[in-house]
Amino acid sequence: MTLWTTVLLASGLAFALKFLGYVVPHQLLDGPALSRVTAMLPVALLSALVAVQTFTGSGGGLTLDARAAGVAVAVTALLLRAPFLVVVILAAATAATLRALGWG
Amino acid sequence: MPIHEPALGDQRRKEVWRQCLSVGVATGAYAISFGALSVAAGLNLWQTIALSTLLFSGASQFAVVGIVAAGGSGAAAVATSTLLGLRNGLYGLQMSRLLGVSGLRRVAAAQLTIDESTAVGVAQPERSAQRLGFWGTGLAVFVLWNLLTILGAVVGNALGDPKRFGLDAAAPAAFCGLLWPRLRSGDARAVAAVSAVIALVVAPHSPAGIPVLVAALAAIVAGLLPTREPDDIGTLSTSPDEEPPG
Repeated sequence: MTLWTTVLLASGLAFALKFLGYVVPHQLLDGPALSRVTAMLPVALLSALVAVQTFTGSGGGLTLDARAAGVAVAVTALLLRAPFLVVVILAAATAATLRALGWG
Repeated sequence: MPIHEPALGDQRRKEVWRQCLSVGVATGAYAISFGALSVAAGLNLWQTIALSTLLFSGASQFAVVGIVAAGGSGAAAVATSTLLGLRNGLYGLQMSRLLGVSGLRRVAAAQLTIDESTAVGVAQPERSAQRLGFWGTGLAVFVLWNLLTILGAVVGNALGDPKRFGLDAAAPAAFCGLLWPRLRSGDARAVAAVSAVIALVVAPHSPAGIPVLVAALAAIVAGLLPTREPDDIGTLSTSPDEEPPG
């Protein structure tokens, strides 16, 4: 799949889902179990993305490097209620500094 | 909608607009990191802009570029993005009742249906304020999100090697920021923990992108099990200005 195909396919499906909400009969998609699954999906996906992008190297093997330190700083910043952009910049700065010093 | 609705007073109209714009600015700021991460992942400027105008759903956009950056397949990127976008369909279901739109306005409303616009819309007590809140927030976020995506992409391009500036740590940190406000309930924290473990167990044995999809099963199982905290799984927050972009 080329990058353009990925971009356009993801965009098309995203719009289709949004539009579907406006056109399907309400009772069809209104169960409490479905609402729970829909609420939990972003939690599961985002958490898995954090884990994989922090602790796996190329090929999927588990590694511990400067990224883990960056994410640890990000979590600390979130606990201190820092704004999103600050959280992201602190994580990047932490990893970059450690690498400049020759670690991870 | 055939029902007569009283017009909003000037004071209320100003209040709702202020909410729309503050949510728009707060959310738009995330697009700077999206633009930078997207070009670092290897997408060009136009592909980055296309994601922000056409896909226009923060978590899905971050997922696409995150999986591409990790060397995952296009199919895995599209599947993850689409699963993340499922909730927008549910928001559409709620908003279609409040907005009563058809034709082109319905197409526009669908495209603007994201966490923030829905949250500000449903948080208003009066029907006309709900509509203003949804449209105002949706448009404010859309404009700022796209402008700041371009800024982020240009800055990201100028930086060069993403690892030297720790951008590979910025991506999971961004996902942490998106996840954080969704962890208010015990159920959500349990799902997050289980899915992270599943993803790490699967990762060494599967192509990039697949572990995240396998971990999504945790959400489906958790959603179908009887819940301990029925009213607190947080589909929408009542304080939208603290929410990251969906």
